[in-house]
Amino acid sequence: MKVIYNIGKYVMMLKYVFSRPEKFRIYRIRIFDEIEIIGLSSIPLVALMSVFMGAVITLQTAANMDSPLLPVETIGYITRQSTILEFSPTIISLILAGKIGSNIASEVGTMRVTEQIDALEIMGVNSLGYLVLPKVVAGLITFPIIVILSMALSILGGLFAAVQTGLCSQNDYVKGLRYYFIESDVAYGLVKPFFFAFIITTIASFYGYYTKGGALDVGRSSTKAVVYSSIGILLTNYFLTQIILT
Amino acid sequence: MIEVKGVNKSFGDHHVLKEINTVFEPGQVNLIIGQSGSGKSVLAKCIVGLHEVDTGEILYDGRNFTVMNRHQRKDVRKEIGMLFQGSALFDSLTVEENVMFPLSMFTTMSKAEMRERANFCLERVKLTNRNHLLPAECSGGMQKRIGIARAIAMNPKYLFCDEPNSGLDPKTSIVIDNLIRELTYEFNMTTIVITHDMNSVIEIGDHIIFIYEGNKWWEGTKEDILRTDNQEINDFVYAAQFMKQLKGKLGSH
Repeated sequence: MKVIYNIGKYVMMLKYVFSRPEKFRIYRIRIFDEIEIIGLSSIPLVALMSVFMGAVITLQTAANMDSPLLPVETIGYITRQSTILEFSPTIISLILAGKIGSNIASEVGTMRVTEQIDALEIMGVNSLGYLVLPKVVAGLITFPIIVILSMALSILGGLFAAVQTGLCSQNDYVKGLRYYFIESDVAYGLVKPFFFAFIITTIASFYGYYTKGGALDVGRSSTKAVVYSSIGILLTNYFLTQIILT
Repeated sequence: MIEVKGVNKSFGDHHVLKEINTVFEPGQVNLIIGQSGSGKSVLAKCIVGLHEVDTGEILYDGRNFTVMNRHQRKDVRKEIGMLFQGSALFDSLTVEENVMFPLSMFTTMSKAEMRERANFCLERVKLTNRNHLLPAECSGGMQKRIGIARAIAMNPKYLFCDEPNSGLDPKTSIVIDNLIRELTYEFNMTTIVITHDMNSVIEIGDHIIFIYEGNKWWEGTKEDILRTDNQEINDFVYAAQFMKQLKGKLGSH
């Protein structure tokens, strides 16, 4: 029953999040602030993760290619497909659910327990719109860019690992990258981050906004935000994959 | 003027407010006093609409707040200023930005005009040259004063103060009390202060209502409260040693 109640509450929250903003200029400024917090600050972590994951995918692929009939270009091909289809959109989003989700939930939750949200409401400000909408918009703008960056760095990390360890030449790797390239795979990889950005920003805001109590409860909300947005990402990923591939 | 008519509020089985009726007049400091857990904060939150009342009416100058929709309430709330117990300043904004915040949301003022108004409000609460500090860099007393400056920025008709002296030393408490009283008289606001600080009661209590176990137990002025023979009020008022001494002096005169 509590799950249904929370889903209903979440939908009601979205109604207020997307109601007409009081002043567009203020929201525009808030969106730029959030782009910095959600997007720009995540780039170092995403870059590091992507380079090393790309390198590991390359090493794992090479290590598991037992058949002499498999061409060496397969390494580049597998790295590209893994990166574009799942690693960059999904795994990076799961990592960002931890980083951004906990950040949003603790920020909004702290505002709740220190009565800052009450202060907004008393002033007549739609607190949900003011706090959550800029985060959602910033997420929708920055996530696809982060994912594109991750795709590029992951493939470059794979190239670096392949050439450094002598598993294949640069030409073979690039040949593999270009082999049987379907443009729609990139589109598929770039549709997902929009959904995941929405899930992370709204679920984390939901748990932060409805925090009750004190510091301990802010911590609990933060944990719930990460857990439930991760579950949301995994479920959405499954259904999106099924819809797009069938 | 704010009228509270037959207000009841329950949380589950717990009946917190029982048939509260009172009127808060403009141009005077109205105090809601009572022990912790008596329901005074719930009453204040019902008046400003942070809690919905179960039954009863809240009237702001004759406008029934309880039946208003979200947009109508928003208009009334623009006439309300509130000082929160923990000040509730936005910690990512500077002192000046905090005071300018309601102006930036609801007025068409230019940045220079907003800054001028913010500086006027900050000067009014005797806080100058602190504009660029963050709330975390300010003392508790300063945060309260910034909270008051923010509350009066929109020139409100109604001012709510939730335990304005909590966490402050006695000297700073008097400064805050005096500020609230001065601003109330100066701007002819309907001011409601929730407190259990007896010093505030004696200093600024033009009109006092005493909440006891969710009921409005008593109503009167600061002069009346020191002379009443109501047992529950006396237990509350004279709990502090200095109040007992004051009572002794009053009795001897």
